[in-house]
Amino acid sequence: MNKKTAHELKTLLNKKEISATEIVKSVYDQIEKYEDAVSAYVTLTKKHALAQAKEVDEGKRTGPLAGIPIAIKDNMCTKGTLTTCSSKILNNYIPPYNATIIDKLDQAGAIMIGKTNLDEFAMGSSTENSGIKTTRNPWNLDCVPGGSSGGSAAAVAADETILAVGSDTGGSIRQPASFCGIVGMKPTYGRISRYGLVAFASSLDQIGPMTKDVRDCALLLNIIAGYEEKDSTSAKIEVPDYTKSLVADDIKGITIGVIAELMGKGVDKLTKEATEKAIKLLESKGAKIKKVSLPHLKYSVATYYLIAPAEASSNLGRYDGVKYGLRSKETKDLITMYKNTRAEGFGPEVKRRILLGTYALSAGYYDAYYLKALKVRTLIKQDFEKAFGECEVLLSPTCPSPAFRVGEKANDPLSMYLSDISTIPVNLAGLPAISVPCEIIHNLPIGLQIIGKAFDEETILKVAFTYEQNTGWHKEKPKIL
Amino acid sequence: MTSKYETVIGLEIHAQLSTESKMFCSCSTKFGAEPNTNICEVCTGQPGALPKTNKKAIELAIKTGLALNCKIEPYSVFARKNYFYPDLPKAYQISQFDLPIITGGYLEIEVEGKKKKIKLTRIHLEEDAGKLVHKGAERIMGSEESLVDYNRGGTPLMEIVTEPDIRSPLEAKIFMEDLAHLLQYLGVCDAKMEQGSLRCDANISIRPVGQKELGTRSELKNMNSFRFVQMGLTAEVARHTELKESGEKIIQETRYFDTKTHETKSMRSKEEAHDYRYFPEPDLITVEPDKEWIEEIKTTITELPEKKKERYTKEYGLSDQAAETLISTKELSDYFESCLKIEKKPKEITNWILGDITAYLKAKNLNIKDINLPPGEVIELIKLIEKGTISGKIAKEVIVKTLNTGKTIKDIVSESGSTQISNEDELQKIVEEAIKNSPKQVEQYKSGKKAIIGYLVGQVMKASKGRANPGLANKLLKQQLD
Repeated sequence: MNKKTAHELKTLLNKKEISATEIVKSVYDQIEKYEDAVSAYVTLTKKHALAQAKEVDEGKRTGPLAGIPIAIKDNMCTKGTLTTCSSKILNNYIPPYNATIIDKLDQAGAIMIGKTNLDEFAMGSSTENSGIKTTRNPWNLDCVPGGSSGGSAAAVAADETILAVGSDTGGSIRQPASFCGIVGMKPTYGRISRYGLVAFASSLDQIGPMTKDVRDCALLLNIIAGYEEKDSTSAKIEVPDYTKSLVADDIKGITIGVIAELMGKGVDKLTKEATEKAIKLLESKGAKIKKVSLPHLKYSVATYYLIAPAEASSNLGRYDGVKYGLRSKETKDLITMYKNTRAEGFGPEVKRRILLGTYALSAGYYDAYYLKALKVRTLIKQDFEKAFGECEVLLSPTCPSPAFRVGEKANDPLSMYLSDISTIPVNLAGLPAISVPCEIIHNLPIGLQIIGKAFDEETILKVAFTYEQNTGWHKEKPKIL
Repeated sequence: MTSKYETVIGLEIHAQLSTESKMFCSCSTKFGAEPNTNICEVCTGQPGALPKTNKKAIELAIKTGLALNCKIEPYSVFARKNYFYPDLPKAYQISQFDLPIITGGYLEIEVEGKKKKIKLTRIHLEEDAGKLVHKGAERIMGSEESLVDYNRGGTPLMEIVTEPDIRSPLEAKIFMEDLAHLLQYLGVCDAKMEQGSLRCDANISIRPVGQKELGTRSELKNMNSFRFVQMGLTAEVARHTELKESGEKIIQETRYFDTKTHETKSMRSKEEAHDYRYFPEPDLITVEPDKEWIEEIKTTITELPEKKKERYTKEYGLSDQAAETLISTKELSDYFESCLKIEKKPKEITNWILGDITAYLKAKNLNIKDINLPPGEVIELIKLIEKGTISGKIAKEVIVKTLNTGKTIKDIVSESGSTQISNEDELQKIVEEAIKNSPKQVEQYKSGKKAIIGYLVGQVMKASKGRANPGLANKLLKQQLD
């Protein structure tokens, strides 16, 4: 049962062929079986989930996702449930409030299974930076699941949940989705309220669905999208019914741009071939294919590693031992409390980024680093605007290569950073993009990235659905299952 | 001090805005609540919480800008000012940096009879910090333990920065008083320096008269009353002068005014100054007030003190001094004008307000807004005198009784039977008695010393315990004697 998608389960629930309790139990059975190997979760909320399932079965808990299990990345605040961001500094933090997305999912009747592992404060591409544990890729336990939403991606791939949500600052939904062979979408910046999402880089962070297929992605997006007053950066733009975009082969005449810069040097040969195959398929379904160039993309990683750490250095200042979370036992006075708390609480990658960001914002360096980065960001945005002048969607591999091995890049941050070359520009431009499973190379899945115009998630879904329905990669399961 | 040095002062003023809720969340700004009760996830810096700009605070800042002849910027940006301190829960204060909401403008003050414009650099919005309480020491360093109360955290503040246009501690004090007055009138801030709703830091330097470039400045903090502004700056001028005279170097530093010793003391030098790493607040959108809204705000600006004073003297014929006193607080002029609305008797109203009512308030140490005398009652009193129901003298007693008891003027008058005796028959008896008891004065009157009638009227008043209508008594006395 836990192998099914949300829309399949919904149908069965509606027909009363199964109960929510059975679904939830099957998910926890799967967790029991595979979690030791996969390590997707930081916290499980079984008791609560079973109680909610019972409510669904008694008709007391209703809504479009009633009875559907969902895993939540552990950087979204859950009232009364530990929210750690996989950091030692928050290892005892129980939020006094719910993130907006949690309330929305609750109102929709969804059942939270647990909180999933991530790279500490969402900083990383492998979950190896988690202060709690490293999640493994269910396709190959020696490989990373990607990150930072690696826990959510692995949980979906291992059928340890039905749905999941992640957050994406530079690829943190799409890259693990690609590595784990699932669907992951980063909606347009502003499409989903960030209220209660623990901030990494506020101008880049966005919550999004991580699912087993495109239909589930649309289903979940329907629930979580929309303006909210509490997030000033959320957009007052009407939310369509995304499931209406799920019409296969309805892409005749659509112009798809293939980003030249993301198909060249640095892209693994088999990944490139798979992407080209996908392009051919879409062309055969009536899409017009166009090669486009976005000349400023080569600056994206550098730009990102100024803007994101700058914002992070400020966002993470609040973890100071005063109000919540860790306070170092080695506290003699205010300064030692600050220094020791932060020294003990943060892992090396988080420290590295705080230092980077603090430096970039310092007096005398601001103009040369942060301000310059903002200007390049504008140029990247303009590149996209220009491309979208002639294309409806843009296409690239989600990642230049399949999942790497645990430890392979852990001591080489720069090479780790560079693996996000395809996903980062999308965040800088605030655009929506999806990763859908595309081929399996040496037993490891890869993803196809489809980027859309701002607030046009519908066209992305349409193209993704067409691709998915014509290939079936989403139905492939890891061998261990 | 006609010294060879010229003093140059610029002020940085923090005014707490009179909004119901905080700058970036809906918590109450009410003062004096139990510690950490007016708080939420936003103003305690919980992970994931996001700020939401209070529109009312923007409105009040714009209102202030309009009243101070400033430019309302069509596009302004909130910025984060990053630093660590336990009263700052997010480790950054949301403030404004290079693009404030208001620029330019001035406030005209009057110093020793001369008018002078003090130019403003900018006005921007920000949030206040929480409050720390220390045990075992005055500051956090060395304290056994320190507690933090976030009730004040997130309260909207408006920072007003002046140009270095101020030339003496007295000018600074007058500027602060006039500004406080204006803010009260606008209803944007209650502007009480002693309570901290209005705070003032000063940048001060001296230079030889005639020299163009500025001397090395110090920043002076902790001047928490108008008087201390003047005292603190005077002490600092003296310190600068002494250093200069003795050939010593003035160093750029932050100092505070010790209100006990009346000296200024060093807090930190420039080398220890923070790098706040300002950058645009990514959680908030830019502030772009449209023209219609600004026009709408303009209409909410009521008459400002200077204009009011002019109207009081020109239209109502009040003396300069009386008008000045009436506008000295908004509460007082509001009270005056509510009386005026009921009955247009400006002079009589002024006499009562500035005379007996003020005397009563002073004696009881009360504020006009605390008294239980509706404006209608003042008019009632004036009318009773005019009708001759009570005498002016009785009225003075009546008003005190009314103020003390909270009863109405009418009730007090009828209870005490203190209505005026205007009945000829009744008064006739008292008049006759007075004549009988004052043979000497009657004789003097009859022999031509007509002015002595005043004494006789006085006797009648005394005998009637002040209730006699003095005009009528005069008339009856004359009838009897002539």
